[in-house]
Amino acid sequence: MTSFLKELANEMSVTAAAEVPGAAPAPAKMAVEHLNLFYGDFQGLRDVNLTFPENQVTALIGPSGCGKSTLLKTLNRMNDLVEGCRVEGSVLLDGADAYRTLDATDLRRRVGMVFQQPNPFPMSIYDNVAFGPRSHGVRAKADLDVIVEESLRAAAIWDELKDRLKKNALGLSGGQQQRLCIARALAVQPEVLLLDESTSALDPISTAKIEELIGQLKERYTVIMVTHNMLQALRISDKTAFFLLGEVVEAGDTDTIFSAPIDPRTADYVAGRFG
Amino acid sequence: MSDGFNLRLRRPRPSVVACSPTLGALGAVNLMPACFAKEDALEAHIARSSRRRRAVSVLLRWLTYAAATVTAAVLLFVVGYILVRGVPALTPDLFQWEYTSENVSLLPALASTVIMALLALAMAVPVGVGAAIYLVEYARRGSRFVRLVRVTAETLQGIPSIIYGLFGMLFFVTACGWGLSLLSGACTLAIMVLPVIMRTTEEALMAVPDSYREGGFGLGAGRLRTVARCVLPSAVPGILGGVILALGRCVGEVAALLFTAGTVAQIPDFGGQGIFALFDSCRTLAVHMYTLACEGLHVNEAYATSVVLLILVLLLNAAMRVAAQKMEVSKK
Repeated sequence: MTSFLKELANEMSVTAAAEVPGAAPAPAKMAVEHLNLFYGDFQGLRDVNLTFPENQVTALIGPSGCGKSTLLKTLNRMNDLVEGCRVEGSVLLDGADAYRTLDATDLRRRVGMVFQQPNPFPMSIYDNVAFGPRSHGVRAKADLDVIVEESLRAAAIWDELKDRLKKNALGLSGGQQQRLCIARALAVQPEVLLLDESTSALDPISTAKIEELIGQLKERYTVIMVTHNMLQALRISDKTAFFLLGEVVEAGDTDTIFSAPIDPRTADYVAGRFG
Repeated sequence: MSDGFNLRLRRPRPSVVACSPTLGALGAVNLMPACFAKEDALEAHIARSSRRRRAVSVLLRWLTYAAATVTAAVLLFVVGYILVRGVPALTPDLFQWEYTSENVSLLPALASTVIMALLALAMAVPVGVGAAIYLVEYARRGSRFVRLVRVTAETLQGIPSIIYGLFGMLFFVTACGWGLSLLSGACTLAIMVLPVIMRTTEEALMAVPDSYREGGFGLGAGRLRTVARCVLPSAVPGILGGVILALGRCVGEVAALLFTAGTVAQIPDFGGQGIFALFDSCRTLAVHMYTLACEGLHVNEAYATSVVLLILVLLLNAAMRVAAQKMEVSKK
C-alpha cells in the first residue's frame, strides 16, 4: 500500500517538480494515531492523529496549555515519569509501537530531546556529551573522542569549545549551554530530535544560531519542535500542526497553515488575534 | 479596598463631605475633591507610617545585632572557658599509651572514639543514603509508604539518646550476646544517626532540579545511571553535611554508650585479637570525660579531655569539608 503510494507520488513529482519543488510526500518517520492522554481525570490530548515526515521540521504551535508539549513528551515516553499519566492510542516509530513493542530507554535513544531550559549536567563539557554514549556502553576513549568532536561539530559549537572541553559546562552562556544540550542529544545518534521551545530562554543571537542549526540538522534527522514563536515556525518548519485545547485543529504544510488556513481558529491564531 | 483604607485614616470622614458641596452638585465633580482630600490624607498617612516603619526597622536591626552578639558571646565564652581550664591541664601524662588511675590517660579513649565513630558511620551512611535514594528516586512520590518512613524517621530523630542506649542494651548487649562492646555501641550509634543521615540526604536529593533527571532519562540512560551520575554528584555537599552532623552526634554521645559500650579505658586490641576486638568494651572521649567529672578527682583532666574532644571535632569537620571541596573541584 505505502509502496504504491510512493510510486504514485514519484510519478506525480516528476510532473509537478517544476512548479512545487520537494512536493513529494516524505515517508513518515513517526506517527500518532487516535492518541488520547489523561493526567488523572484531566484529558490532555484528544484523539490526535499526526504524521511526522522524515528529514523535515514539524512545528507544533498553539496557545499555552494546548497540549503541544504534552504530545512531544509522549513521543519519547518522558510522560512515563509523570504520575497519573495514562496514554491511549498508538505512537509509531518506523511503524513500531513505542508503548507496546519498543523499550523506553531504547526509544529515548532513538528519539532525542532538547528541553526548554538548557540543562547541562554539572560536569565537564566533554563528560556531558559523552554521557549518552557511555550510558549505551561506549567505553573506549578514542571512540568517545570522535563522538564528542562530531557531536559538537554537528551542533556548530566545536570551534567555541574545543579548547575548554574539560571545563565545567555550567560556566557556559545560556545559548552555548543549549547548543551543548543539542550536541549531547546528537551524541547518541538519534533518528528523531524533539525540541521543546528550545530557544524561548535564549537571546535573539543565540536563537538565530540554533534556528540555523535546525535547518542543517534536518538533513540527517527528523525534527519535531514546539514553539510559541510563530515567526520561528514560519521560518524553519516544513510542516505545522496547530493545537487548541488538546486537539489538533489543523495540520499541513507550513506555508498553507500560515497563508491559507482552512479553519477560522487557525486563521485567528496565526494572525495573532488570540493566544 | 478604599473602605479598609478609610477606616485607618485618622482624619474624620466629614471633612471630605464638607468640601464637596462647594464645588457643585454633580456626582462626577464630587469625586474630584474627595480624591484630593484622600491624597492629602494618604500623604500624611505615608509620612506617619514611614516614620514609624523607620523606627521599627532600626529597632529590629539592633535586635538582630544583639541576638548575633549574644550567640557569638556564648560560644566564645564556652570555648574560652574550656580552653582556660583545660589547656594548663594538658600534660604528657594524659597521652600515655596505657590508662592507669594515676595518669588518667585519654589516649585510649581518643582511639576508641575514632574507631567507634567510623564504625558507626560505616554502617549508617550506606543504609541511610540508600534509603533516601529509594524514597526520592524510586518510590512513587507522596505514596503512603514514603510518608510512613518519613514520619518514622522524624520521630526517631526526636527520641532522647538514652532510649537508644536502653534499646541497645536490651538488644545488642543482652539478646545478641555481644556484651558491653565496641560493636554494640557502634550499632546503637548507627541506629541513632540513621534518621539524621537519611533525612539530610533526602533533602539534598530533593533539592536537585528535575531537569537533571529529565536530561539523563532523555538520553536513554536508565534510572540507576541517571541517579548515580546526574543526581547524586549534585547532592554530595548536602549529604556530607548530614554526615558531619551524624559524626558530631557520635563523638559527643554519652548516654547511649554507657549502656552499650561500657567504660573500660583500653584501646580495642585489634592487633592481638583481630576482628574479635569488636567485642571489647571501650570508652569514648565523651564517656571518659563523664566518668572523670563524676568521680570528681580529676576535674581539670576532664577539662583537658574536652579540649581534645573539641579539637577532634574541628579536625574531623575540616577533613570532611576538604573532602567535599575535592569532589567539587574534580567536577570542574
